[in-house]
Parts: sequence; structure tokens; C-alpha cells
Amino acid sequence: MWSIVHKMGSPPWFYRFANVAIAWLLPIVFVALVVGSIWGLLIAPPDYRQGNSYRIIFIHVPAAVVALAGYYVMATAGLMSLVWKIKMADTAMRALAPVGAALTFVALVTGSIWGKPTWGAWWVWDARITSMLILFFLYLGVMALSEAFDNKVAAAKACAVLSLVGTVNIPIIYKSVDWWYSLHQPASIKFTGESAIDASMLYPLLLMIVAFYGLFALSVLLRMRAELLITYRQSAWLRSELS
Amino acid sequence: MLPELGTFLRFQMQRHLQAALRRPSDIVGPLIFFLMVITLFPIGLGPDPKILASLAPGILWVVALLSSLVVSGRLFQADYEDGTLEQLALSPHPLAISAMVEVFCHWLLSGVLLALASPVFAALLSMPSQAIPVLMASLTLGTLCLSLIGAVAASLTVALRRGGVLLSLLSIPLTVPVLIFGTAAVREAALGYDPSSWLALLGALAAGGCVLAPLAIAAGLRISLEA
Repeated sequence: MWSIVHKMGSPPWFYRFANVAIAWLLPIVFVALVVGSIWGLLIAPPDYRQGNSYRIIFIHVPAAVVALAGYYVMATAGLMSLVWKIKMADTAMRALAPVGAALTFVALVTGSIWGKPTWGAWWVWDARITSMLILFFLYLGVMALSEAFDNKVAAAKACAVLSLVGTVNIPIIYKSVDWWYSLHQPASIKFTGESAIDASMLYPLLLMIVAFYGLFALSVLLRMRAELLITYRQSAWLRSELS
Repeated sequence: MLPELGTFLRFQMQRHLQAALRRPSDIVGPLIFFLMVITLFPIGLGPDPKILASLAPGILWVVALLSSLVVSGRLFQADYEDGTLEQLALSPHPLAISAMVEVFCHWLLSGVLLALASPVFAALLSMPSQAIPVLMASLTLGTLCLSLIGAVAASLTVALRRGGVLLSLLSIPLTVPVLIFGTAAVREAALGYDPSSWLALLGALAAGGCVLAPLAIAAGLRISLEA
């Protein structure tokens, strides 16, 4: 297992790995997204109370789930870069932050669009919306900090420290915001016990969550590969790889 | 010869307090900022004491948060510029501890002072007087958390030329729990309920912050020294 971590740290090895992974992920993610969208948006039955407007759930929930998980992935990459000084972990962190921020933004916008017919307002200061907004700010902070340094290594280390501080804080923020106010419906997917959502809606939702994870991985890998191409454009291994 | 840790800390503390006390305008400045921002609220919201009293816990806490952000930008700045920070990083005494001394002195002269002055500001917003001890207690504990969060952000931005806006961007999301617990404590007290659970949560944040933040601050300062 450790040999994989060591290999991951080498840019040439990672470049080849990214090429293979992208080639595999691209069709899988594409099919999953298309099937999931058609299943969720056309085939799944309408909700008896919300009608068709609930269908935005198939975009909203996957985006929110992956956006939150993305922060932890970023913090893990930060930890790897601080502890083992793995070069690719720095690249991963830089690639992850904008993707995570974009997903958080999608979750906020779709939630707002969903809120208009359901709650009658574009924006409601409810616990989970507020937490997502704060998560968005946390992503923006990491992005801004990484831009602010001229020295790339120092930038990566600073972002790593910041994302670790954020990781310690996220559970506290979530709990505190929860106590502050709660109007949002409680989570409807439970892995233990009965889900509050019917199977005909649950399966396309789960498929979409998996598809969004794939999309997330794909975007991060594409961004990392692009950064490798820019950083190592002069080096011999990349030239031989490309020729 | 290198002094013992205790002597070293006493020297450090003396140095920071002396430097701060020789520039009293830096100590009074945040309090005047606080007073001026508080003045804006009755002007903006109308002078009705009932409305002001109901909003007072939130207003006082948000302004305390802002004024703490404004001053935390100065943390480590002087030491970074004159090279003292580099010496502290090279010293065999842990950087985390010497950084904590600076944060602690900073908190004494900004947060604790603000808490002591807060009854005046509470009176300006016609807050019920039974909530004033809780306001002071929550501000004392809360500003310690805010100083620690500000110090983490300051340690990461001290080497940057345009650190000011970035510092707020980094700290504000992290200060949310402090703001929630602080305002909740004061609001409960103003309504006549028992605020002790919220104060306990603030105390827990402060205690946890005192343990974990120094590690992040020291790591941040070392990164800033390398950059």
C-alpha cells in the first residue's frame, strides 16, 4: 500500500496514472450522469406533495454531498503534503478547492431555486443552508490564500494548515448552526433503518450521487493533469511522454 | 546564556505589554471604533429603545467580532518586520508557546478591555441590565477565541503584502460558532433565562482553542518565515 503512496508522489507516474484514470472515468461518468438524469428527471414518479419541483433533488443533493466530502478530501491532501511532503498532494489541493467551491455553489443555487416553490422564498436562513454558505466561504478562503503567495510550496503548506484548521472547525460549525436554528427537513436517506424516501426515487438519487463523485474525481484529475503539463512543459519525461 | 522557559515567558510578556502600552492609541483605537460603529446602529435603525434592546446582543457581538478582526491584523506584524520572529523560531523554546504569549497579551489589551467597557455600549443600546454580567463574561471568553482564530489567520498572512482583506476572509467562517454561542448567551440572559450552557460552550471553545490553535499558529508562522 505504501509503494502506491510513494508512486503517487512522482509526477511522471501520476501523469500516466491520470491518463489511464481519465480514459476510464470519462465514459463511466458520462453514462452514469445521463442515465441518472433521465431516470431521475423523467422516469421517477412525481412527489405527491411537491409535484415535479422535487426533481431538482437529483442535482441538489449529490452536489451538496460531494461538496462536503470534497473539503475532507482536500484536508487529507493537505495533511499528506504537510507530513510526507508529497508534491502531487499540493497539486491535488490546488485542483480540489475550485471544484469543491463550484459544487457548493451549485448546491446553494439549486437549493435556492427549489426553495422558491416549496418555501415561497429564494433564501431562507436555515441551519443547513447557512452551513453550506460557510463551507463555500471556507473554500474561497483556501483559494484566496493559495493565490496570495508567490512561492508555490509555501502557498500549498499555508493552504494545508488552513484546510486542517477548517476540518477541525466544520463539525463545530455544523453543530452550532444546527442549534442556532433548524427549519430544514431532516436527512431522508439513512443507511441504517428505513429511508424516508421511496425506492423509486432513492435509486436514481444514489446513482446520481455516485455519478457526482465520479465527476468530482474526473474534474480534479483533469485539473491536476493540466497543471502537470504546465509545470513540467520543459522536462524530458513529459516530452518523451507526449511524443 | 538561554533563560529558563518561565523567565523567557515573563520577558516575552513584559516586552509585548510594554510595547503595546507605549502606543496607547493602538489600545484605545479599537474601543473608539467599537463606539463609533455602535453609534451607527441607532442612526440606521431608528432610536426606538425596544427595537434596539431586542437587537442589542447581536449588534454588540457582531461589532466585537469586527473590531477583533481589525486588530488581529497587527498580530506578529512588528515581530515579523524587525526579525524578532525569526529569532523566536530559532530559539529552543517552542514557537507555539512564545506565539501564545503574544496572542494572550493581545487578548488582554483588546478583548478583556472591550469586555470591561461593554456595559457602556450595552447601555447605549438600552439592553436590560440583568444581561450585562453575561455580556461581559461571554465577551471575555469569546474574544479569547476570536484572538486565537485571528492569530491563526494572521500567522498565515503576515508575510503577504495585502493581507488585510484575506485575513477577514480566512477568519470570518471560523468565527461563526463563537458568534452563535455568544449572542445566544446574552439573548437568553436578556430574556431572563439561564445562559450557563452557552457560556460553558464558549468556555469549551476557548479551552480547545488554547490547546489546538498554538500548533496551527506555529506552523503558520514557520511557513510565513520561509515564504
